[in-house]
Amino acid sequence: MSAGSGNRNTNTEPWGSFDDHLIQGGGSAVVDMENMDDTSGSSFEDMGEMHQRRKEEEEWRRGGCHRGRQREDGEFLGMKGLKGQLGRRWLMRAFNLYANIDILRPYFDVEPVQVRSRLVESMIPVRMINFPQKIAGELYGPLMLVFTLVAILLHGMKTSGTVIREGTLMGTAIGTCFGYWLGVSSFIYFLAYLVNSQITMLQTLSLLGYGLFGHCVVLLVTYNFDFHALFYVLWLLLGGLSTLRMVAALLSRTVGQTPRLLLCGTLSVLHMLFLLYLHFTYHKIVEGLLDSLEGPNLAPMQRVARDVPDLIVNVTLRTR
Amino acid sequence: MAAAEDASRPFAGLSDVSISEDIPVEGDISVPVGSTRRDDEFSTLDEPVKETILRDLRAVGNKFVHVLYPKRSTALLRDWDLWGPLLLCVTLALLLQGGAADSDDQGGPQFAEVFVIVWFGSIIITLNSKLLGGTISFFQSLCVLGYCIMPLTAAMAVCRIVLVGGSGKVSFAVRLAVVTVSFGWSTFASTAFLADSQPPNRKALVVYPVFLFYFVIGWMILTFSPSQ
Repeated sequence: MSAGSGNRNTNTEPWGSFDDHLIQGGGSAVVDMENMDDTSGSSFEDMGEMHQRRKEEEEWRRGGCHRGRQREDGEFLGMKGLKGQLGRRWLMRAFNLYANIDILRPYFDVEPVQVRSRLVESMIPVRMINFPQKIAGELYGPLMLVFTLVAILLHGMKTSGTVIREGTLMGTAIGTCFGYWLGVSSFIYFLAYLVNSQITMLQTLSLLGYGLFGHCVVLLVTYNFDFHALFYVLWLLLGGLSTLRMVAALLSRTVGQTPRLLLCGTLSVLHMLFLLYLHFTYHKIVEGLLDSLEGPNLAPMQRVARDVPDLIVNVTLRTR
Repeated sequence: MAAAEDASRPFAGLSDVSISEDIPVEGDISVPVGSTRRDDEFSTLDEPVKETILRDLRAVGNKFVHVLYPKRSTALLRDWDLWGPLLLCVTLALLLQGGAADSDDQGGPQFAEVFVIVWFGSIIITLNSKLLGGTISFFQSLCVLGYCIMPLTAAMAVCRIVLVGGSGKVSFAVRLAVVTVSFGWSTFASTAFLADSQPPNRKALVVYPVFLFYFVIGWMILTFSPSQ
């Protein structure tokens, strides 16, 4: 019989005492059905979540067996065994981090044709709002669109003629795009959770990511053909279409007037304002606008005027 | 005979070890084929350092030649190394120093920025290709992407030379042409090496981030302007 039930470290029986198995195996056999989210028609995201949960349980069970063996080694080898434990644990953690990449594999299981069709569909609102619309749960398209947006912003800086310290610009561009995608997706998921909307985090990430396609097209055109009227038309047209597509998808998954208004209103405002922000911040700024916005904009962007003599002339003209 | 006795003495203490006769002992004893090669590897410990360095340099140079004339080959993949990418990254970062946007105390971050972009970009592309079902290993992919930066590094050197002559419209046009050609060359070279390791219907999905990656590096080169 195991002496000292409170002491977990002693294995008095050769086959491992009862205590160890009870402690390690507790609670892992039960799958919590509440957390299973069966929102859309496809089992795409469910597979990913189940896969992840199954892996976590396996790791826990495997970690428990290792922990039992490590304890034996430690007692037998003394100090040497203790160092072995730490090294082994660190190695397992590092390996698990890389092995966990496989968790993302189902979300990258796409064909080029699918990506192309989803890009086109992201600009076409679907009018069916009484039945949950299907939202593809993939991460390849959104991730590539975010990187494309970063590249377009950098290109915009080149054509706008302003010189910015490259380090700050690169960091700002990447931070802005990823911050928008991850931050707004999380925020929309949080709001959706509050109003009991049937959508998962993966789906909001995917929805917002594909919504950036409209932004990419608008910015690519307006950074090369600089007409304000053209920008406003495209902003309303393409920005509006992609917003409508996302709004319709959310409407189809939410019940109640107020929740719908809250969720879709927030998303529309954030989406359209982001395009506006990208156009006016990373772009050649008209002289008058620069004067009025100089304070808050100069600090993070640290814009340096390329042609210094012209600026001095303009300033002196204005002061007179 | 004395030598034989000496040889057997280390085993003298084992004469009282006995194996129970009812336990069957069976298995295969095979001599590994590469035993002569192993002897050669052991003997490289005795060679002069110059030879070791020259051998590595020759391997790196051989891979540079493969990048210059990219055709479908497994040379870069078979004997991957990260010396070439490191050399190229350091060269590119050094050439990008001294830009007009640098103030005296900001030289450091720009160097680090190039490193971060090149290595994290390569890591992201590698992860992406693995997630899409590629058969290439992590370091092989890093090796290929790093080596294919060579045309862009050469373009950077050319741009710096052109900028010595002035930075007007003509110089910009020349630099644009050079950077565009080298960007296309880099992308083409890396796809020549990476394409075979992907499922055939997903090549476009893997090539696109490579295109973006070299585009960003090409942008950094093109927008470089020297301080006055």
